[in-house]
Amino acid sequence: MNQYVLEMIGIHKHFPGVHALKGVDLRVKPGTVHGVMGENGAGKSTLMKVAIGLYKADAGTIRFKGEEVSFNSIHEALQKGISMIHQELSPLPYMTVAQNIFLGREILNRFGLIDHKAIDREAGKILEELQIPISPSRIMGELSVAQMQLVEIAEAVSRNAELVIMDEPTSALTEKEVDHLFEIIRNLKNRGVAVVYISHKMDEIFKITDEVSVYRDGELIDCRKTSDLTRELLIKMMVGRSIDQFFQKSKAKIGEIILEVEGLSRRGVFRDVSFTLRRGEILGFAGLVGAGRTEVMETLFGIYPKDKGTIRIKGKKVDIHSPYDAIRNGMAFLTEDRKRSGLYLNLSVRDNIAIASLKEHLKGFLINHSKIHSICEQAVQTLSIKTPNLEQQVMFLSGGNQQKVLVSRWLATSPEILILDEPTRGIDVGAKAEIYKLMSTLAQEGKAIILVSSEMPEILAMSDRIVVMHEGVKIGELTREEATPEKILHMATGETLATFQEAR
Amino acid sequence: MSRLNSKLLSILKKYSILFILIGLILVISILSGGVFLRITNLLNVLRQISVIGIISLGVTMVIITAGIDLSSGAIVAIVSVVVASLLQSPTAADRLFKGGQPWPVLPILIIGLLIGALGGLINGGLIAKFKIPPFVATLGMMTFARGWAFIYSEGRPRGSLIPQFEIIGQGSLFGIPNPAWILLICVLITHVILKHTLWGRYTYALGSNIQAAIVSGINTNRYILLVYTYAGFLSAVASIVLTARIGSGQPGLGMSYELDAIAASVIGGTSLSGGIGSAGGALIGALIIGVMKNGLDILNVSADFQQVMRAIIIVVAVIIDVRKNIKRS
Repeated sequence: MNQYVLEMIGIHKHFPGVHALKGVDLRVKPGTVHGVMGENGAGKSTLMKVAIGLYKADAGTIRFKGEEVSFNSIHEALQKGISMIHQELSPLPYMTVAQNIFLGREILNRFGLIDHKAIDREAGKILEELQIPISPSRIMGELSVAQMQLVEIAEAVSRNAELVIMDEPTSALTEKEVDHLFEIIRNLKNRGVAVVYISHKMDEIFKITDEVSVYRDGELIDCRKTSDLTRELLIKMMVGRSIDQFFQKSKAKIGEIILEVEGLSRRGVFRDVSFTLRRGEILGFAGLVGAGRTEVMETLFGIYPKDKGTIRIKGKKVDIHSPYDAIRNGMAFLTEDRKRSGLYLNLSVRDNIAIASLKEHLKGFLINHSKIHSICEQAVQTLSIKTPNLEQQVMFLSGGNQQKVLVSRWLATSPEILILDEPTRGIDVGAKAEIYKLMSTLAQEGKAIILVSSEMPEILAMSDRIVVMHEGVKIGELTREEATPEKILHMATGETLATFQEAR
Repeated sequence: MSRLNSKLLSILKKYSILFILIGLILVISILSGGVFLRITNLLNVLRQISVIGIISLGVTMVIITAGIDLSSGAIVAIVSVVVASLLQSPTAADRLFKGGQPWPVLPILIIGLLIGALGGLINGGLIAKFKIPPFVATLGMMTFARGWAFIYSEGRPRGSLIPQFEIIGQGSLFGIPNPAWILLICVLITHVILKHTLWGRYTYALGSNIQAAIVSGINTNRYILLVYTYAGFLSAVASIVLTARIGSGQPGLGMSYELDAIAASVIGGTSLSGGIGSAGGALIGALIIGVMKNGLDILNVSADFQQVMRAIIIVVAVIIDVRKNIKRS
């Protein structure tokens, strides 16, 4: 019996211009949950891609169950018993759960045809064993993200995987779903399966893992038992320094009202949302996933048409029919999904920063490239964006740096109202702290900021006022002093402040 | 040392297409015993590639938007027959005008260009406003325009055009054929559009990520419309050059030119998934196709076999493109 199910030793990986992995190790014991932490760009994802055969290591050894391996494809890794549950799931939406589980290794009957009954039966067995309450005959596309994830886990188990890698599996799950996922993970553990668990979320790491490996800048910092760790220690290991002031909220002068939204509605999505925003203020929007916060912002910014409601900027009623109108009126919108609606992945850092403000820098019909160049250089410097040069395609940057590129894009339009939708999602601790600091600075400069966030500590620490939404309706508003996690949570689940206080 | 190597490698990669062209020219020059390098032959190559080159510039812009244009060849045909019918000297036109004078050339050229632009505008409208996939919309325009070309010309070629017009395709300036000059001007204009105007930068942006482009405040519909209109316009330019060169308007003209133009564009480094491409690349792509065709002609390789070779080159070019994309993701 080997001590480790997976051993990666001295792994090196180079990309053009980047030494992504500088001889790192990872040792995972069977039947344990092994946390992998590190800032974005630390090399976690690259290491995992090496483990499953998506990338080939430039140097180093990989042993699986004591046997030296070198996978040429995900398929080979799968056959040996390594499965990965990806951040972005890719099921076949029109097939059943059972068909998805047995995709590529369908059970055949004696005529060589697919034996649907057997597939259903076997899938049902696996789901039952894992206590996943999903019928094997359901259509995949009807499931929630959380359920699809569980199906993928079932698939991994059905392949007799001995190592399952989970890359931020909870990023789209509700709290209850997370609890369920953890039960399943414990279940896997009991069956002797090892789980590599990548996450940015401290709570989860402490709750579910047995050991944690922390990476920074392509190197392994340390691998320790979770029980020997504290939150502070973990942060220190991740960023290489302790963060005293993680949330930097400095006092800003709250000025006159700049934005008034009244009775904003979009049929079937949200209704009658009203709020005001002042200069120098950070207005938090709290609520559960699906409460309609993002949709309100998208409508405010003109991406979707509103059905009702008025928007006033600096006291003047404005008509916003498109993002173009919104930008002209001094608004900026950092969207929640960087890759889908933010970045131009195959364009350069320069193009990504400049695109929304190009109009301001024309000489006749032609773009003033030297002006744009200096603006972009300035932006890279101010936000300390790590990129070899402005021509670098933005896809090669880490998540945190990509986010900074998007922030730069909007700052270049000199907005007065910034809407930040989950500005720190999926970025590392260091970049988070920088974004918080930037928000404070911007507020001090008199900009008005709307912060939509699902992270309770973030919204509590950064907001001057907090609007809480539930199922498309604004439930209430709390001042910074009033707000507590409990109050917000109660309101987010649909209780008004009054009923909450009565119950007390 | 390794830094130097990697720098060298990145230069090689960036200009790989150019090196391929140079290599190709060297090989063909040697194999043909220098015949290829004769001035008359080189001028001939330029004349040959100009039509596909001009079309491929517009097609490149379309592909940068992550679209496709299959209607270029058919637009060449409809513009050719309309322009030729108006320029038949001086017999046909006298029927229209009492004086028997032919129409002046310039307005007729403008009519031709407008027809091309209109075809492109319809493509763009179908794609931007009605959200019809570019493949389907331009496939429709391809058969539509080709059909009208035959209807309008009653299936007959229109020859004996007035000489002032034929100069466009047959004359030369400073020893360089006029079609080559026109190609060069089109390359420059397209280059400036792509690199130095809002239109160009927005074209890259919306091809790279249309969702993000909308959020960035770009009126994506307007620029899609503009790009397809420009592609139609350039097809009309190419049609005028071709019609003037061969001295007649024909409804069967430009058959499968759209495919050659797409090939030139892709060989020149334009990515079919959008967001990447350049005017210079399209020119080099057209040159590679043209040089190869000319070289194989000199070497007496049969036209059928040439077709096979061209197919291989296109597939290899796309494989290179796809591999680049895989590395990125």
